[in-house]
Amino acid sequence: MEKLIAGKAVDVNAEGYLTKPEEWTEAIAEEIATQERVGPLGARHWEVLRYLRDQQLKGSALSIRGIGKSGVVDIKTFYELFPNGPLKKASKIAGIPKPASCI
Amino acid sequence: MLARHLFKKLPHDLYKITLIDPEPRHYYQPGFLFIPFDQMKPEDCYRQKTDYIPKGIQFKHAKASLIKPDENHLLLDDGQEIHYDLLVVATGTRIAPEETPGMLGDDWHKNIFDFYTFEGAMALRDKLRDWEGGKLVVHITETPIKCPVAPLEFAFLSDAYFADKGMRDKVEITYVTPLSGAFTKPIAAEKLGHLLEEKQIQVVTDFSVMEIDNTDKKLISYDGIEVPYDLLVTVPTNLGDPVISDSGLGNDFGFLPVHKNTLQHEKYHNIFSLGDATNAPTSKAGSVAHFQAELLAANIVRYLLELPVQPDFDGHANCFVETGHGKALLLDFNYDTEPVEGTFPIAGIGPMQLLNESRMNHMGKLAFHWIYFHMLLEGKSIPMITPQMQKSGKHLETIHP
Repeated sequence: MEKLIAGKAVDVNAEGYLTKPEEWTEAIAEEIATQERVGPLGARHWEVLRYLRDQQLKGSALSIRGIGKSGVVDIKTFYELFPNGPLKKASKIAGIPKPASCI
Repeated sequence: MLARHLFKKLPHDLYKITLIDPEPRHYYQPGFLFIPFDQMKPEDCYRQKTDYIPKGIQFKHAKASLIKPDENHLLLDDGQEIHYDLLVVATGTRIAPEETPGMLGDDWHKNIFDFYTFEGAMALRDKLRDWEGGKLVVHITETPIKCPVAPLEFAFLSDAYFADKGMRDKVEITYVTPLSGAFTKPIAAEKLGHLLEEKQIQVVTDFSVMEIDNTDKKLISYDGIEVPYDLLVTVPTNLGDPVISDSGLGNDFGFLPVHKNTLQHEKYHNIFSLGDATNAPTSKAGSVAHFQAELLAANIVRYLLELPVQPDFDGHANCFVETGHGKALLLDFNYDTEPVEGTFPIAGIGPMQLLNESRMNHMGKLAFHWIYFHMLLEGKSIPMITPQMQKSGKHLETIHP
């Protein structure tokens, strides 16, 4: 479905995740972050968001472990930056699908 | 399976196939789910690999310790170095309990169990036989894991198992997942969410375990949430075989990055992979390996004939989900299509029902044990089951855009 986020019409799924990562902009990230009660987005947040988008483009599965090993941020800090379900929140703000199972 | 397909397709005077494997037994891994509940005999869960390898395929009982892709060489643990023209990596995934602090503590195989190994399933069977009840926690450490539905099936089968023993009221079942729910796909969540409530299974979501406290018997997450257990059944971190990471070829989890549709390595074109060993973003499931084997055999023949490889693998997986009391669900999906309702394998007829509980689905799962040893391992295709997902018979209109 189409939704207006930060003044731009983008495709999102029922849970509000962007379905076309290429439609993502930094302004969209800021607005979703506010809705998710994350932020304001600082330099550390952006590092994580860019890393997640890079990984997603490469087709790698996102995981807490991968983030911890990435050198971008340690897991404790990841939780501090994106409290309460950091992987699903950070994915949403980064405009990529949330990590999911097959059902 | 792939070796058998290739053996059938390739002229034996031109191509020599060597199978290198450290494990003499071939395990029927779906059986590991049933062993703990005394629903499958351990001896029905394996066969000797050599019984399935045709004369003409060379079998080396050894473990590969290093791939040298620039030299087309493989180093074995017995010190032997062998040359290959084409390499297929089918090293699967393994559990790595050592990755989580406290998992291999005093409670390991006393109050903390895995059921992803034969030994773990057997130890858990012995534990369950005279366990008197308490807090049972079924836990996924992190994803991706082999057979993503297995822990959910374990929770469902536990509910039925303790009910049958007349002690369901003495057992509190909690399902702990690092994901946002037990069901993460919209249609499955909508159609199946009720199962957890009906079976009185508590769910803890977004839980990433930092450590396990064996003394106070609790899981502790990175954000300080604690889940107490009396009996912890965990799926430890799944990693690829060390040969991949030791050769500098792995991703963060030690899986081999390949093209998700051709299964060819992006840089070394004479390396292919299938099954749990790859980073392909589909389920790590037996059905996936079986569909991939059929398509990869064709791609390998193309490669050897210097024809372009085809992007034929669509991520197709077909999985039974045991829900207990003689019923099961059936899922059929691929990279682009989430599991939906429908009929399988014959559109409009079935006899199996997709994404709905039925006894027929459970019968299908039981029959699969025979099919596995008598057809799949023999390199035969199952009639009507195609390696690519069929859209007919599926209610695709229910997918929300």
